Amino acid sequence: MIRVQREDFDVGAELERLAAGNHRIGGVASFIGLVRYMGGGDQVSALTLEHYPGMTEKKLAEIETEAHRRWPLDAVLIIHRFGQLEPGDRIVFVATASPHREAALAACHFLIDWLKTDAPFWKSEETPTGERWVDSRAEDEDAKQRWAEQA
Amino acid sequence: MKLLYFAWLRARIGCAEEEVALPSGVRDVAGLLGWLQSRGGRYSEALQNLSVVRVAVNQDYVGREHPLREDDEVAIFPPVTGG
Repeated sequence: MIRVQREDFDVGAELERLAAGNHRIGGVASFIGLVRYMGGGDQVSALTLEHYPGMTEKKLAEIETEAHRRWPLDAVLIIHRFGQLEPGDRIVFVATASPHREAALAACHFLIDWLKTDAPFWKSEETPTGERWVDSRAEDEDAKQRWAEQA
Repeated sequence: MKLLYFAWLRARIGCAEEEVALPSGVRDVAGLLGWLQSRGGRYSEALQNLSVVRVAVNQDYVGREHPLREDDEVAIFPPVTGG
């Protein structure tokens, strides 16, 4: 399931709902991304996440489908927020449920690596000297490559 | 066709969305980017360095050789930074 929303989410309630009633599930893995203080120079007071409505949902759904193709998963949840956020706020939530922990943990890692490079979101930081767009990181592309399938 | 701009490209061009007729002679994404640069002013400034410009057609990432049609939705943006 994919949700793109402005509002915060309740991690406990989401995890509870993910596995509720399905007794095949033996493990739930999750990742929570937070707005962090970037350090180095200007103090960041807030962060704004812009996205491409429509394409965002489409890309996240494709990533979810790919995870289901690769691992035996009973449930997948991706929540990504947009709009104005402050340091410490939750930005993204990925949770996976599977009969076995290996699949749940690997799929969760895969999903967060892929959505970093494929989901159309852009961060801009508010600084005392004005708006600053966050640069993409080569490390994120490398992280995605680790999931490349052998031909 | 519908053109969409995001992030700093939107800010520098000063426009989020516009309708343009597919310019004559423009067949693919590379042609469209060249045509936008040739509009001058904020367009040529914003699109100065095409190595940091990504393009999606009808909400899928495409390469520069991707062909274009009049009814396409073309989005132009910098590399993504979500997650």
